[in-house]
Amino acid sequence: MANEAFEPKLVGFLCNWCSYTGADLAGTARMTYAPNIRIIRVMCSGRVDPQFVLKAFIEGADGVLISGCHPGDCHYQEGNYNALRRHRLLSKMLEQFGIERERFRLEWVSAAEGVKFQQICDEFTEQIKKLGPLNLNGGKDEHREA
Amino acid sequence: MSTEKPKVAFYWCASCGGCEEAVIDLAEDILKVVEAVDIVFWPVALDFKKKDVEAMKDGSIAVSFINGAVRLSEQEEMVKLLRQKSGLVVAFGSCSHLGGIPGLGNFWNKETIFRRAYITTPSTDNPDGTVPLEKTEVDGKELTLPRFYDTVYTLDQVIDVDYYLPGCAPPPDLIMNALQAILEGKLPPKGAVLSPNKSLCDDCKRNESKPEKLTIKEIKRPWEVELDPEKCFLAQGVICMGPATRTGCGERCIEANMPCRGCFGPTDQVIDQGAKFLSSLASILDTDDEKEIEKIVDTIVDPAGTFYRFSLPSSILRRRRMEDIK
Repeated sequence: MANEAFEPKLVGFLCNWCSYTGADLAGTARMTYAPNIRIIRVMCSGRVDPQFVLKAFIEGADGVLISGCHPGDCHYQEGNYNALRRHRLLSKMLEQFGIERERFRLEWVSAAEGVKFQQICDEFTEQIKKLGPLNLNGGKDEHREA
Repeated sequence: MSTEKPKVAFYWCASCGGCEEAVIDLAEDILKVVEAVDIVFWPVALDFKKKDVEAMKDGSIAVSFINGAVRLSEQEEMVKLLRQKSGLVVAFGSCSHLGGIPGLGNFWNKETIFRRAYITTPSTDNPDGTVPLEKTEVDGKELTLPRFYDTVYTLDQVIDVDYYLPGCAPPPDLIMNALQAILEGKLPPKGAVLSPNKSLCDDCKRNESKPEKLTIKEIKRPWEVELDPEKCFLAQGVICMGPATRTGCGERCIEANMPCRGCFGPTDQVIDQGAKFLSSLASILDTDDEKEIEKIVDTIVDPAGTFYRFSLPSSILRRRRMEDIK
């Protein structure tokens, strides 16, 4: 398959208070951005269990984005710091599974930053297009399960 | 012969033999077992062959206890045969339950494992680079070996499993409880792990020594510190899998002043033990600063191998990405 034809599947976990509202702003302002991201609204970036991220990857996501309020702005005081700590540790662990750091992204997007959200989506899509498909194949072994 | 005793089989796949030891470790209780059941197949101790099992009626074995993960085609064939002949199948021990230590092979594949084991280890003397082949011609005759898979599987990824006896190896009291429940027909719903459904910390004697707010500034490996025999390991900065691991083991490691490594797997509420532990460990890192966080994360030498020490094949990702392995 030629890489031009590859359209990455991206999953985005967006917090209810800042990032989802920011994405909504990008929508209501009719900004155009790459349509590759599938948005899942969560109450807080700190609610994103690492299991959600792994599940997204194994079920076919080529990249995962977690986006929350800027440091200091979390609706629940420190949920985004938990997201930050988990992101750094999980990124390191994902590399051991052969999943590049670039495929798992953490961003801070406020409710006013529709433009930033637009840029992140475009940039992330481009980056994953360059990396190519993840091809986890559901963790299956072709040697046995052919 | 009067009333027939229930028939029991034991089998091993990719395992170390420790689970077989665990059966012997029942000590005098093993006599009660032998009195109550008829052991019809146990390759490690009794001389029965595959054809003897094939000759049995389907479903005629009351229960098969199978330890070890599935890594070879031979193991797959045998467990499928035992499934057909058995009323119940119990995954016995960490390897068949979660993949266990052999499951760490899922960070590699057949080719890299063979290269390491048969060619590059310093103790190997193999100038021709011979590796096991599935088919070999000797004097015009064909010899065969089982297929070695790229991936290690848990038992329930290959056959239907009724119950799980966790542990590396399962402790004698859990084995006896399971046997009794089977003999008396007092079994929990199918699919149950035969050990209490709460975390190890719930039962841990060191729980009281845990500070109100548990935080870690620096991660240390057990050999880097003199471990306090009373204090919570996490409070000492040492990784202990207790928060993400099922209890019921009798805290043998904790008693020996070693942190939990997670052999009992997760509780029913959790799918992926490693991811859940990662989540809890990240939450107690004592800093909000990005650079500081990265510094602490750097001190965790092998997160995947540590958090999935016993459960890699049963995890959500199951294995390392195939095309990443060279």
